[in-house]
Amino acid sequence: MIYEDISSSSRARRTLSGAARVLLELRIDGPLVVGLSLIAAYGLVVLYSASGQSTGTVLRTVARLLLGTIVMLLLARVNPNFLRRSAPWLYAAGCLLLVLVALIGRSGLGAQRWLDLRLFRFQPSELMKLAVPMMCAWYLHERPLPPGGLALMTLGGVILLPVGLVAAQPDLGTAALIVVAGALVIVLAGLRVRVMLALLALALVTVWFGWSFMHDYQRKRVLTFLNPQTDPLGAGYHIIQSQIAIGSGGVFGKGWMNGSQAQLEFLPERSTDFIFAVVGEEFGLLGLLLLLLLYLFVCGRAIYLAAQTQDTFARLLAGSLALTFFVYVFINAGMVTGLLPVVGVPLPLVSYGGSSVVTLLAGFGILMALYSRRKLVGS
Amino acid sequence: MPAVRIKDQWREQRLFDQRTLVCAAIVALATLVLIARLFLLQVARHDYYTGLSQGNRVRTEPIPAARGLILDRHGEVIAGNQPAYQLELVPEEVPDIDQTLASLVQLGLIRSDDVDEIERTIDSSRTFDSVPIRLRMSDEDVARFAVRRFEFPGLDIKTRQTRWYPNGSLAVHALGYVGAISEQDLKHIDRAAYAGTSLIGKLGVESTFESELHGSNGFREVLVNAQGRSVERQGAFVPELRTKPPKPGEDLLLSIDLNVQRAAEDALAGHRGAVVALDPNNGDVLALVSLPGFDPTLFGRGITAAEYGALQSDIDRPLFNRALRGTYPPGSTVKPAIALAALTYHAVDPAAHRYCAGAFHLPGSVHVFREYHNEHHGYVDLDTAIVVSCDVYFYGLADVLGIDRISAFLAPLGFGRATGIDIGGEKPGILPSREWKAKTFARAAEQVWFPGETVNFGVGQGYLSVTPLQLAHYASIIAMRGRIWRPRLVAAYRNARSGEIRRVAPVSEGEVPGIDPNDWQRVVRDMIGVTTRGTAAAIGAHAPYSFAGKTGTAQVFTVGQNEKYEASKLNERLRDHSWFIAFAPADSPRIAIAVLQENGGAGAHAAAPIARKVIDAYLLGSDGKLKQSP
Repeated sequence: MIYEDISSSSRARRTLSGAARVLLELRIDGPLVVGLSLIAAYGLVVLYSASGQSTGTVLRTVARLLLGTIVMLLLARVNPNFLRRSAPWLYAAGCLLLVLVALIGRSGLGAQRWLDLRLFRFQPSELMKLAVPMMCAWYLHERPLPPGGLALMTLGGVILLPVGLVAAQPDLGTAALIVVAGALVIVLAGLRVRVMLALLALALVTVWFGWSFMHDYQRKRVLTFLNPQTDPLGAGYHIIQSQIAIGSGGVFGKGWMNGSQAQLEFLPERSTDFIFAVVGEEFGLLGLLLLLLLYLFVCGRAIYLAAQTQDTFARLLAGSLALTFFVYVFINAGMVTGLLPVVGVPLPLVSYGGSSVVTLLAGFGILMALYSRRKLVGS
Repeated sequence: MPAVRIKDQWREQRLFDQRTLVCAAIVALATLVLIARLFLLQVARHDYYTGLSQGNRVRTEPIPAARGLILDRHGEVIAGNQPAYQLELVPEEVPDIDQTLASLVQLGLIRSDDVDEIERTIDSSRTFDSVPIRLRMSDEDVARFAVRRFEFPGLDIKTRQTRWYPNGSLAVHALGYVGAISEQDLKHIDRAAYAGTSLIGKLGVESTFESELHGSNGFREVLVNAQGRSVERQGAFVPELRTKPPKPGEDLLLSIDLNVQRAAEDALAGHRGAVVALDPNNGDVLALVSLPGFDPTLFGRGITAAEYGALQSDIDRPLFNRALRGTYPPGSTVKPAIALAALTYHAVDPAAHRYCAGAFHLPGSVHVFREYHNEHHGYVDLDTAIVVSCDVYFYGLADVLGIDRISAFLAPLGFGRATGIDIGGEKPGILPSREWKAKTFARAAEQVWFPGETVNFGVGQGYLSVTPLQLAHYASIIAMRGRIWRPRLVAAYRNARSGEIRRVAPVSEGEVPGIDPNDWQRVVRDMIGVTTRGTAAAIGAHAPYSFAGKTGTAQVFTVGQNEKYEASKLNERLRDHSWFIAFAPADSPRIAIAVLQENGGAGAHAAAPIARKVIDAYLLGSDGKLKQSP
């Protein structure tokens, strides 16, 4: 009896440790990969409907996901020390590229964001989503925490330089996300609450001041956010139609490929920024709760991994990457449901298109690298 | 400056863990906010958004109801619906619209003058809508297009129902016409009821009975996408859509007899004027003519500015409904009424003779009231005065009666008020009286009633004015010895689906009060005298029925203000208007009629022969004998 118990349990342990050995060898985290895969699979199902049953769109997305996965696997194997040392170089290169974009880049959708590298078009602002938190974490790594006034001033400059360049493209959504990624590093580093409040006040003043420098369409978006009914066929159309889509979906939804708002094209940007509304219309409240649950799981697992890392650089960077992921979700869901202004942030792993998928998975790759080599760091 | 601090790994780890916990809590809180928002949208406001979503995807398209037909009393179609071919263009399917229109002009299918207008219409339409660019194509046009159709992608010939008047301008002033819905119309119609229709009744029966003729639209729900294009399905799913068939308009059976109408129009052809024939037994309008007329089809197919301008500036005023809206002094046709007044008030001894030397003087006045054409009738009594239409006798009679009694007596005979015919636009004419004059004139000197004006009244001149319809109504009241029926054009409605007929009861307006039957009889006998030995004896000769009538001549004082001064036409247009009223058979009347020929001269020569032809058309069979029942 006893032997059998032990042997069966040890056999189970052996099989488990066999799978774990593979994961360990690849330096990836099983639960995180499962969570990400489920979201991506769910996203492909929704995308097929949202794109008007376009197989091509789905296949292109699969290709991007594969590319992102390769990047993730490669980054997961990188030594965290190398990541840390390369942070300032990456940051400098990113800023240089942003300047190049400003000078010679291609404009798409009324904004100049692309750098045409012949083989593929590259968005340096995406790189900055990773480079800025890395740079911040690198800067704080050797310093006593919480950061002092001088350190904060320096970090402010580090964040605002690329943010200014991105916002000038103009790409408010990405600029906001870069600020969030950098700011989260500082917050996790122990930024004092009263400093936070002071910065918040400063931000409000800046917003008020920045209003006068905004482009017309940006102002319109803000105004429309405040009152979508003022311009039902213009800028408010997006928000009104997405709320109709979500609201008419009800608890159970209209069924896959049966959402009239999405299928009859009342919902603009239905396969990109507003795909959250398609989920809500076709799969209802239950479908959205499932999606949110998956996101929470991934985010929670990422935070857990971040908490397990052992040096300052790894903790700050991993924590920032994990929380930024949730911020993406919240900003997108918030804008589609009318809680936040329309800023053009895609829904992670579900929205169609762009280098954002690759950046996102690259971030998770870095996170896994930081976690899996935790014992090597600082030795 | 603070002292240099050294890194405390444990303290930093604790700080990080705290912060991470706080952030995780914020994540959880934010998620709850999101879920609350979703609950609000998807559960609390679900019905509201479902309604909006439904309104987005379903468009209700009207199915226009077929307009009711208009038929004459024998069932002959006066206004019907006809499928007409029209050329329609779908802008998004046409590679080059300018080029296409130019080719159509070359083919003679559209006029070069219309190209700008057509391009404006195309610009204001949605790119997938079918835009009519040429209405009412002839068979020849259709054939010409058909052989070259392959050269014109995006163009097609469609069949649409349009209003069709098989008899052209026949009875147009009774019928009215349908035309494009104007801004004015939009103010008083329910737009939804007219969705899918571009035409609405204007004037006459088409306008007054618009609601009956129009019917009610049906609808069809169609699935539309965000561009408003109708689509068959939404994604993988074909939703259930509702359809309601239209209710066609009711057919109208008019009292008009097209044979009588044609006879009247033919008899008056080439002149300006009006003919109104009534059935005195119930007020049925047997014919209602105003000439010149116009082709009502012009308006249905979209009248051009040039065509409308030509109609409006025509010196003969074809758009003017003389029968209902033309007011003229009745001339001597008023004499039977004056005679009746004298008999009723016992103002004179009807057998007493007066001497007519061709002129009449009021005591103490130098003004001479002359006989028409300066005739001398010698000694005449009341009966002879009607038969020969002696003005001098009636000058005196009016003077004896006085304006107050004449005015009061004429009112129940229909003077000075609309007859109440069942189509709009009728004028009431003028029945002068002391009160009328005091009310109408601004200057005190003109507000007084002069005795000379009473004298003129006796022969139907001066302020007194009537419409041809009023005079026909008056003739029918005399024919019925005082019984009054309200004239009406619509005798019955017919359900377009079941064929069930709903008759409209004739409206009796009672009787003219206080007139002795013998006095009626006497005046009728005198009117028979008019057509046998009096002013219209030439016309009444050999009539196979007893024929009562009265001639009239209305003086024309000035050329109308709207008319151009043209020397060649001046003399003709200064001539008197010619009147004739009649009814037959005199003892059991079946038709009463009033004929007006503008500038026709004496009533006996112009108007009376027309009346005879119309009455013959109604009463006589093809063998020339009296029909038992027409």
